[in-house]
Parts: sequence; structure tokens; C-alpha cells
Amino acid sequence: MDALMQFLLSGMTVGAVYALVALGFTIIYNASDVVNFAQGEFVMLGGMITVFAHAAGLPLPLAALIAIVLTALVGVALNKLAIEPARGAPVVSLIIITIGASIVIRGAAQLIFDKQLHRFPSFSGDEPIRLLGAAILPQSLWVVGGAFFIFIGLWVFFTKTLTGKAVLATANNRLAAQLVGINTGWVMTLSFSLSAAIGALAGVLVTPITLVAYDVGVGLALKGFAAAMLGGMGNPKGALVGGILLGLLEAMTAGYLSSQYKDAVAFIVILAVLFAMPQGIFGAKRTERV
Amino acid sequence: MTLLQVEGLGISFGGLRAVNDVGFSASAGEIVSVIGPNGAGKTTLFNMISGVYLPDRGRVMLDGQDVTRFEPHLLARMGMTRTFQNLQIFQDMTVLENVIVGFHLAERGHLLADLLALPGTKRRSAEVREKAMALLTRVRLDKAAEQVAGNLSYGALKRLEIVRALAMSPRVLLLDEPAAGCNAVETEEIDAFIAELAATGIGILLVEHDMKMVMRISNHIVVLDHGEKIAEGKPDEVSRNPEVISAYLGTVDAEQDEQDEEDEKEATHAVG
Repeated sequence: MDALMQFLLSGMTVGAVYALVALGFTIIYNASDVVNFAQGEFVMLGGMITVFAHAAGLPLPLAALIAIVLTALVGVALNKLAIEPARGAPVVSLIIITIGASIVIRGAAQLIFDKQLHRFPSFSGDEPIRLLGAAILPQSLWVVGGAFFIFIGLWVFFTKTLTGKAVLATANNRLAAQLVGINTGWVMTLSFSLSAAIGALAGVLVTPITLVAYDVGVGLALKGFAAAMLGGMGNPKGALVGGILLGLLEAMTAGYLSSQYKDAVAFIVILAVLFAMPQGIFGAKRTERV
Repeated sequence: MTLLQVEGLGISFGGLRAVNDVGFSASAGEIVSVIGPNGAGKTTLFNMISGVYLPDRGRVMLDGQDVTRFEPHLLARMGMTRTFQNLQIFQDMTVLENVIVGFHLAERGHLLADLLALPGTKRRSAEVREKAMALLTRVRLDKAAEQVAGNLSYGALKRLEIVRALAMSPRVLLLDEPAAGCNAVETEEIDAFIAELAATGIGILLVEHDMKMVMRISNHIVVLDHGEKIAEGKPDEVSRNPEVISAYLGTVDAEQDEQDEEDEKEATHAVG
């Protein structure tokens, strides 16, 4: 029983990170139909920039803020330099462009920073909190809380504000959105920066637990992608549920089977989803009108 | 007063001159129709005027301002919008929501006020809802307001697209085959509706295949054939013009013309 509780807690923590990555996928996918495989690099940049800004003597909150802003700018640059010039190319080409961009960002991070593993201190110390016979790090609460906060923030943004609705309209029909006066180019820029900022925030929150290095982005992107697929690509609720579910599955596998198979879970999930229910848990069935 | 002026507009796709040196003008409250055989370049002309294609040559003036190469969202803000032959509807939204989106330019509010759902925001939303319902009632779609747009019939979506455009209170409205796929009764309704709109001072540019409708409601007709303007004038002048008649009914070397049309259709299809 204690073990189960422990697995649940650690699964929630990891799952919250996957959910944040999946939310990043969702935002860009909604605005452009592109699955942005550089999403994991945003997480890495968030962690790495915070580490180095903190090491340079800045207080942690300021370092984190700088990391989030800089990463958002990288997201905008990705859109302006790589995606926008290829506008009109098939979506598959755009997805391959994002894979290329992720390699570039990773290489640049290796050059600018280094190849070491890094961390910075936890926000509220490292004294584990006892909870129903299991232990949880205070930083885990930060991660889970952060994921829920972002999720609710996004929900309010997309359902209550005109700007958020403009993004949804663009997702629904780009040309129709332009016809009613929505600047769809700006919507794309906004989506990339928002997505990058959320990725960076995930990096900031999780680095004290999992550490960060220039190459952590690949794994996170794949896990986040699996989570988004599981929940239903393009649905924020799906991203949250898919992320947490995947985290729990991983933790259970590591706990009850073998931690060797932990990373295989994400890929089994991708395959199972594609075979059994390609639209995911919350994904709408798509019918093309002819 | 000239509201929309098109001068020497042209575009080529590869070596093909899809539209070449076309010019005309439209005033407030006027219905100008662009007609021509299939593949004459009517929709391509519309796409250039509305900023969907970038023209190679020529100018588009809206109310005296050069708006050539402006993106559709900027044109919408300046009072020019359009409908599409093959519909551009927000399929996943309800019918009412589609129209409400059309009002969004007028609905500008403060982000913070929206986030907090202040009374001002609520009042504005309620007003917009009411106005959207009024528009839907005009085209008899009020009963379908809460349905998902994707479930509606083609004819109903045509009308929905027009009222969404109207939600922006445009000064110039481009309608690409508004009556296509509609039955005789629906066509007559749309017909009357367009005339009504023009009477309120909106300049209307129309592409339509239904000749009876065009002849009945147009103030001015521009005839295209093979991307060139071959005639323009009042409906009765145009319908008597021998060049127009030969473009529609064919001449002695009609077979060759048909071949050209096919080519052009393919070319426009490829880029569209």
C-alpha cells in the first residue's frame, strides 16, 4: 500500500511534466496543425538558462523569469525563421523542419553551455513531506501545482478572451479567420511563444528533481508526444489527462515490473493508441466534408 | 462615388496568364457582376482583389487607398471581405458562433476585463449575440443557431457565410457564386437579399453562373474570357454584345477554345 502511494505520487510528478510538454504540443498543433518536435528543447532551454543565469549570480526567481522569456523568444524565432518561410508546405515537411530545428537548438545549447548535468536548488528545500505513508519532495508539489495552474490559465485564456478565441478560430479555419479580420500570422507568433514559455516553465520546475543537460529534450518531446496522442492531439484537457496517465503508467511499470522498461511505456502507449483509438481519449472524430 | 477601383490587374501561373490587365470600378450601393465561361479567371480575379493571391501587375484601390497585396485580415479591417465558392466556414463551431466571430472586430475589449468577466464584457457579449441572431433570422437560420455548422446543408452554409461577412459591416462585399448549389427558391431569396444589401449602401462584387439572376440584379457587368476583359456595361448592353455571345455559345473554332479552357481550368485548379 505504501509502495503504491509512492508510485502514484512520483507518477503524478513526472506526469505533470509530460502534461506541460503535451500542452505545448497542443497549442502549436491547434494553431498550425504542426507537431512541433522542438517542444522538448524548450524544456531543456528553460532548465539550462536558469542554471547558468543562477550560477552567474542572479536570484533564482529572476533567473527563471529570464529563462522563460528567452525561451519564448526562441519559440518566436523558430516560427519566423523556420516555419513561416515554409508556409504552404505540406504539414509533414513542417514537422520535419521542427525536428531539424530541435537538432540545431540542441547543438547550440551544447556549444553555448556544456555537456554536463546541472541542477539548481529546489524552491522550498529538499526535506521530503510525509503523505499517507509515502514521501514527496516539496519540488514535486511545485511541478504538479505548476501544471494545474498553467492548465487553468490556458483554459481561461482560450474560452474567455477574444485573443484566445482568435487562436481557436484560426485553428478551426485559417482562411475564414483571416476573412473576419484575424491576423493569423500574429496568432502563430503568439502560439509559438506561449508554447515555448510553457515548455521553459516545465524545465524550470523539474530541473531540481531530474537535473538538466543539453540533450534531455529528445526524451521529453517523445514522452510529451505520447501523452498528447493518448489524450487526443489538440485537446488541452487531453494533454493534461494523457500526461498524468502516462506518468502513472511509467511509475507503475518501474515499480512493479522493472525500471528498465520504464521508457518503453511511452512507445507502447503510442502504438496502442494508434492501433486502437487514433483520435485519443478526448480527440474528436474528424470527418472531412467533400 | 467610387468605392472599389481595380486597375490593370494581372497574374500568371507559370507561363499561363490566368488574368491579364483587368480593370473596373464599383460604387457604394452598386452590384457589379463578373461573368464569363468556366476557367475565364473570375475566381482568380476575386482572389487577387481579396488578398488571397498576390497579383503580378496592377492595383486595387479601396476608397482611394492603394490596398494591393494587403493581407485578407487587413482588408477585413478596412471594410472589404468576401465569401468563397467552396465555403470557408468554422465547421466545428455552432451556426451562431460563426456569426459571432464575424463581430469580433467590433467586440474589442480589454484582456483583463474579459479575463475577469466584468459586467461590461458580459453586456457586450449579450449585445453581439442579439445582433448575430438578428442576422441569422434574416436568412432564416435562426432555428439552426445552436447546431454545429458542419451539419448544415450546402445552401444553408452559403447563407451563413454571407451573414458572417455582414457581421463585419463591410463597405465592399465580394460574393463568389452565392447561389451555386441552391434550388430555385433559395436562389430567389439570395437574390432579394443581395439587392437589399446593396440598397443599404454596400458595394457588391458578384461572381455568379446563374445568368437570369445576374441580369436581374446587376447594375454593371464585367465579362471575362481567357483571363481578359472582353466587355463591360449594363446588363442589356452586355447581353447583346456579339463577343460575349460568342464566348458563351462558341464560334466556328469553338473546339480550340474549349481545349484552351480545359487547360486553364487545370492550371487554376493546380494553384488553387
